Amino acid sequence: MNLESLMLVALLLPLVGAAGISLAGSKPNLRETVTLTTAGVLAFTVWSLVPPVLAGARPRLEVTTLFDGLAITFQVEPLGMLFAALASSLWIVNSIYSIGYMRGNGEKHQTRFYIAFAVAIFAALGVAFAGNLLTLFIFYEILTISTYPLVSHKGDAATVRSARVYLGLLLATSIGLLLPAVIWTYVQAGTLDFTPGGILDGTGPLALGVLLACFAFGTAKAGLMPVHRWLPAAMVAPTPVSALLHAVAVVKAGVFTILKVVIYIFGVETLAESGAQQWLVWIASGTIVLASLIAMTKDNLKARLAYSTVSQLSYIVLGAALATASGVIGATMHIVTHAAGKITLFFCAGAIYTALHKTLVSELSGVGRTMPFTFAAFTIAALSIIGLPPFAGAWSKWFLVLGALEAGELLAVAVLMLSSLLNIIYLLQIPLLAFFREPAPGDEFRGVREAPLPSLLAIGITSLLCLVLFFAAEPLYQWARLLPSG
Amino acid sequence: MSIEDHLPALQIVVPLLLAPVVTLLRVRSLPWAASTATSALTFVLAIALAGQVATDGALSYAVGGWQPPYGIELAIDQFSVLLLLIISGASTVALVFGKASLDREIGEERAPLFFAAWLLVLAALCGMVTTGDAFNLFVFLEISSLASYVLIAAGPDRRALMATHRYIILGTLGATFYLIGVGLIYMMTGTLNLADMALRIGEVSELRPVLVAAGFITMGLALKAAMFPVHAWMPNAYAFAPHAVSVFLAACATKAALYVLIRFDFVVFLPHLAEHAAQVSAFFIPLAVVAFLVGSTVAVFERNLKRMLGYSSVAQIGYILLGVALLTPLALTGAIVHLFNHALIKGALFMAVVCIAHRTGSVQLPAIAGCARAMPLTMAAFVVAGLSMIGVPLTVGFVSKWYLIQACLEFGVPGYFLAAALLLSSLLAVVYVWKVVEAAYFKPRPEEAPELCEAPPMILASLWLVTLANLWFGIDSSLPLGLARAASMTLLGEAP
Repeated sequence: MNLESLMLVALLLPLVGAAGISLAGSKPNLRETVTLTTAGVLAFTVWSLVPPVLAGARPRLEVTTLFDGLAITFQVEPLGMLFAALASSLWIVNSIYSIGYMRGNGEKHQTRFYIAFAVAIFAALGVAFAGNLLTLFIFYEILTISTYPLVSHKGDAATVRSARVYLGLLLATSIGLLLPAVIWTYVQAGTLDFTPGGILDGTGPLALGVLLACFAFGTAKAGLMPVHRWLPAAMVAPTPVSALLHAVAVVKAGVFTILKVVIYIFGVETLAESGAQQWLVWIASGTIVLASLIAMTKDNLKARLAYSTVSQLSYIVLGAALATASGVIGATMHIVTHAAGKITLFFCAGAIYTALHKTLVSELSGVGRTMPFTFAAFTIAALSIIGLPPFAGAWSKWFLVLGALEAGELLAVAVLMLSSLLNIIYLLQIPLLAFFREPAPGDEFRGVREAPLPSLLAIGITSLLCLVLFFAAEPLYQWARLLPSG
Repeated sequence: MSIEDHLPALQIVVPLLLAPVVTLLRVRSLPWAASTATSALTFVLAIALAGQVATDGALSYAVGGWQPPYGIELAIDQFSVLLLLIISGASTVALVFGKASLDREIGEERAPLFFAAWLLVLAALCGMVTTGDAFNLFVFLEISSLASYVLIAAGPDRRALMATHRYIILGTLGATFYLIGVGLIYMMTGTLNLADMALRIGEVSELRPVLVAAGFITMGLALKAAMFPVHAWMPNAYAFAPHAVSVFLAACATKAALYVLIRFDFVVFLPHLAEHAAQVSAFFIPLAVVAFLVGSTVAVFERNLKRMLGYSSVAQIGYILLGVALLTPLALTGAIVHLFNHALIKGALFMAVVCIAHRTGSVQLPAIAGCARAMPLTMAAFVVAGLSMIGVPLTVGFVSKWYLIQACLEFGVPGYFLAAALLLSSLLAVVYVWKVVEAAYFKPRPEEAPELCEAPPMILASLWLVTLANLWFGIDSSLPLGLARAASMTLLGEAP
């Protein structure tokens, strides 16, 4: 098969899977087999695109032209390839985990859940492979809408209220800011194609700055403050959704969009010369610190992780805003390393809920002996997020700091260091509490009681990934270096 | 002369002559069948005419062989063809779609007269968008108004009569204003032919009667077009009319008035009255902005779905007026293409609401709670049309928005504010579309509510035909865009 057909297959597979899931809806085992098979075949297809793309191939798929040269186009380049590979691989792990979680908790509407999940993966792949801004925008919106049923899964009044915040904020920012930014870009450049080196050469610094603001805040999925509120609201979703979508697919679609726009629409060099990105460094730094501080005050485990995500996403935005080669490399690597770490943390949170029905950090005193495996994995992932060697997060942080130094942004260096300290406080506190504090009355050790096996398997895979990516970071680094950031 | 040469006249004559015939048909659904066939024939004629215009360019037809400027001229160009397609298409779809609900609302007794009135509206609207004669236009305007009063008054409850009464008063005011304006111009130029008028008005352009006439004509037509703040007749007229009439009129009645407004302003006044351009912009732009902000806001708080869509139309007419008032080719193209797109959008939305009303018997928001489970196809169509109204890519709404926002951005900083207002209105559209979606999909069906089932197949088929057209022309918009571009070039006097 040539590369173009492979792309098409990769895009259509999740939809085929969704249809299959709905057909097999009445037979849970068959339905989960369909999900896992689709995820497996999809990951295989996506990964078989990787070697040629890294070797320089840029397969392109023109679907249709709307008017005025506006087209629905897909093109694979290294950054999109990375995002697609990440999302499709973690979909397998997450599906394994979902089976344990959804059955363990006896959730309702499981068929709808798996269908919406498959459609969300379809949208994420569309975002990853988009060849121009319009296509990216369309799939960005599909991703928002397809995840609504997942967020509102529980269906009670409080959940629906939160889900409304989720949908309202994401739609309002994208239609109110992102769409005008797209149109404005078209007016300025006459095209929307992603082009190495950018397409906004002749635009003045002020216009560039305003346009960048429209993109940065219009892409609310990137979680920049003050448009981050949807992410904590989305935590009402079942944990597998929080894990894959709100630690990987949805939020990474957001930062991916910003990174892609900085690299292929503005052009790193154009942006660095204009100085129009300066304010974004400050906003991203502010978000990093503020979100960490808020995370410290949260007793609900998932809410704490959500604010941690908000903070970590801004690392990536910061990397893009630095507009240096190392900054872009660090940001790109952080997409992967943070995904591995945060999905593990969410998996652990879900496992704790499934096994012990606990949602608050303060309830976790001394339960480490009841769930030793889960809390060991939690510790590994937390250390990776903090950025300590020998865990994956160390490398991305390394390059981000390097980028900040290259750009002469000492403030950003300080913020990154401070954030690590804050991470230690609010993340490491949890396993410390679980392992070393006396258990609360009624929670005494009564034998190991872990989550169902599929969930544990998934946790094992992703926490191992945090470790492996430290020692095998070279391919990832080479991959990130392929981006035209000079 | 072969039959093809008479297409412009047939477009009007066919429905006009068949209207009295329909009154004589007193057998069951025969009146409906006859008027649907007539309407379909008119649509076919419009397509044939579109083909002629596409190959030969603009046509002129002298009625009865009396040459213009003395006789009545029918002047057909891309703009008129676009409107003819909208009008005859909307009428046909509304008739096919509305059979079941009309049977219930009209009854066998009144059917012949009702359908005759329908054909008169159709004939008159076709006449309005084809005639090149200012007084003949007034005649068609009056025929369409009088006949549509009949259609609206046929609504199922007595509130329809109040709505009609309001419409009669405001509609008569509008038509009278228009007539006063035309009379003044006739006094000054001695001609009623629009093209001829455009040639002669330059000689008297500085005189006060001409300026007054421009004011009267603009205001009169704005009334008929339900422009804010003289829109008051419209939401109630749509809400209390028989369902099929709402679909028909929402799709095209105000569009015909807008067409005439654009024609008059761009052909007669703009090129010859020195101050007119500035006046049009200064008058229409603020009103258009207020129209879409107020219209959308009211729609957000409205609980009667048909009234909600009526207020949304007030907003959409604001978009069109904004495009007209910016006076650039891009903006005018956007306005004209939105005439077409809005007909598709609002047509589909009204049809979906009617489907729901057909089963639940109510158009109030609480009554539709949980109806999506029983009526998935209807609600899916509503969602698609709703997305189209919001302006999501791959729908027709996006095409209009793309052009209008681009046109705003051409104007620098003031344009940014216009674009922001336009986007704000789109966001309000998200809110009121979402209200319906949430009620239908996520609220439970009340315990005591009767069981629902999907709308009848014929109704559903016509609903989805229009819904798919929303997607089709959103993906391949070459037909409406081509016509709109050619029309705006002609109107702005540039070579296409």
